Amino acid sequence: MTELTRLTAAELSAALATGEVSATEVTRAHLDRIAAVDDRVHAFLHVAAQSALAQAARIDARRTAGEPLGPLAGVPIAVKDVFTTVGMPTTCGSRILEGWHPPYDATITTRLKQAGAIILGKTNMDEFAMGSSTENSAFGPSHNPWDLARVPGGSSGGSAAAVAAYEAPLAIGTDTGGSIRQPAAVCGLVGTKPTYGGSSRYGVVAFASSLDTPGPFGRTVLDAALLHEAMSGHDPCDSTSIDAPVPPVVAAARQADVSGMRIGVVTELSGAGYQPGVLSRFAEAVELLESLGAKVTEVSCPHFSYALPAYYLIAPSECSSNLARFDAMRYGLRVGDDGVRDAEEVMALTREQGFGAEVKRRIILGTYALSSGYYDAYYGKAQQVRTLIIRDFDAAFGQVDVLVSPATPTTAFPIGERADDPMAMYLADLATIPSDLAGNAAISVPCGLAPEDGLPVGLQVMAPALADDRLYRVAAAAEAAFTDRWGQPLLAEAKGLRA
Amino acid sequence: MSITRDEVAHLARLARIALSDAELDHLAPQLDQIITAVAQVQEVAADGIPPTSHATGLTNVFRDDEPVGCLTAAEALDQAPAVEQQRFKVPRILGDAS
Repeated sequence: MTELTRLTAAELSAALATGEVSATEVTRAHLDRIAAVDDRVHAFLHVAAQSALAQAARIDARRTAGEPLGPLAGVPIAVKDVFTTVGMPTTCGSRILEGWHPPYDATITTRLKQAGAIILGKTNMDEFAMGSSTENSAFGPSHNPWDLARVPGGSSGGSAAAVAAYEAPLAIGTDTGGSIRQPAAVCGLVGTKPTYGGSSRYGVVAFASSLDTPGPFGRTVLDAALLHEAMSGHDPCDSTSIDAPVPPVVAAARQADVSGMRIGVVTELSGAGYQPGVLSRFAEAVELLESLGAKVTEVSCPHFSYALPAYYLIAPSECSSNLARFDAMRYGLRVGDDGVRDAEEVMALTREQGFGAEVKRRIILGTYALSSGYYDAYYGKAQQVRTLIIRDFDAAFGQVDVLVSPATPTTAFPIGERADDPMAMYLADLATIPSDLAGNAAISVPCGLAPEDGLPVGLQVMAPALADDRLYRVAAAAEAAFTDRWGQPLLAEAKGLRA
Repeated sequence: MSITRDEVAHLARLARIALSDAELDHLAPQLDQIITAVAQVQEVAADGIPPTSHATGLTNVFRDDEPVGCLTAAEALDQAPAVEQQRFKVPRILGDAS
């Protein structure tokens, strides 16, 4: 039954609908795969075998009873450990939440359950989603299925590794500065950051509330679209949720047509700092889109060069406020409560032992940027730069339908290489941050292997807010043409788990 | 230098993180490097540009004033580090009364 794990979500959905396979068989095949490879990949922090099989049995019973079921019914999924899940721990990759069992489900967890998706477990991540490699997880890094000595990207690296290692056909993550697109790119997957507010943040442990955006991972564009549609839509429990219909992403993925589309190549998202093999694969992707009938022009977004510094002021500022809730009083770790120390001492000891180095760096950086005397020069200025970046996007989308760039400046880097060099780590998000600051939509889709290291490269497509469907039109057209050229999906080249 | 070791120690106290001396030695130069890098935003000509705190342009969002379900006391206390008489039990918050 191992071949079941090679099927896409769309293929599994079709086989489940005809009764060719049962949800129980599909779930068991993926649990077996996890048991076989996850000691090497470490994609999961928690595997929920029993509840997954129980959920699968319920789906099978409903199908036998002739109930109408949605496209994801019986399809397994991996969930980043930042989404609250009743009956499973939710740690955010942090010691401060080790062993915590949330009292309620995230809205997206609820939607996945209602759609009949089978939750296999919780995936590894950089602590509180701060990082680009999963090395900031308190529970050890995940490994890239292309080369186990390399990072799978981050912060949603466990979700990406799980899908790339065929442990799950689908996964969800969150993107604050690139935490879905960057791991998708370096693992050879499709990953989408939906329009901010298009997917609910209720029950997603907050990192930077004005940026955090849940989104899908899949091995194909259609799979990502199916999950995107199932997880999205207005949520009254999230005050920043947009009350608008979900863009027609599945139809767009099936349309896969770019003829007549105006595509802008962003001048500022290439050149210095980008690996040569990334740039050459990106240039090929642009030529390919042109050959498929798109009209390609170069577009300048002059303030994108300041997106990274603006982000590393805004995100830490928001995190320093959001993570104040981890105070050792109502849930989570409590250290040093000896009956003598007061609450503030216990709080400070708990946060010292419960948070890792990157989380502490960002809390302190945010505390600095928000302090009186520095606020205008740092946080205030970063917010003005954010406005200028939004204006750059507005001007660009006046000329073109979508923008494109490489998704990441480099391919997957070796574990350990940037672990204690924060600025080098931050550069991994160079190309993905502008879309987060502007709150619009973006996707990464595989566009080949860098010649110098044989590792996957992602093509990033960016679209205006609520035009998420355009991402899927472009990505699906590129995917179809590339797959024809390669003769097989890119992931068939992944060698890390062969041996 | 944009930030000193003493300033980092002060910020850590404000953020309620009991950093060790060794961590301070390690973090202070890293934060100095990061702050120097992010200070690039100050190069941007932005006079008169309004700040963006949030990209969607949404203003206040209200819901109808109707009661909805919430956690029971038992559910809310279930994950507490310490509980007494159906309440969160916390370390003392005031100094000695003497």
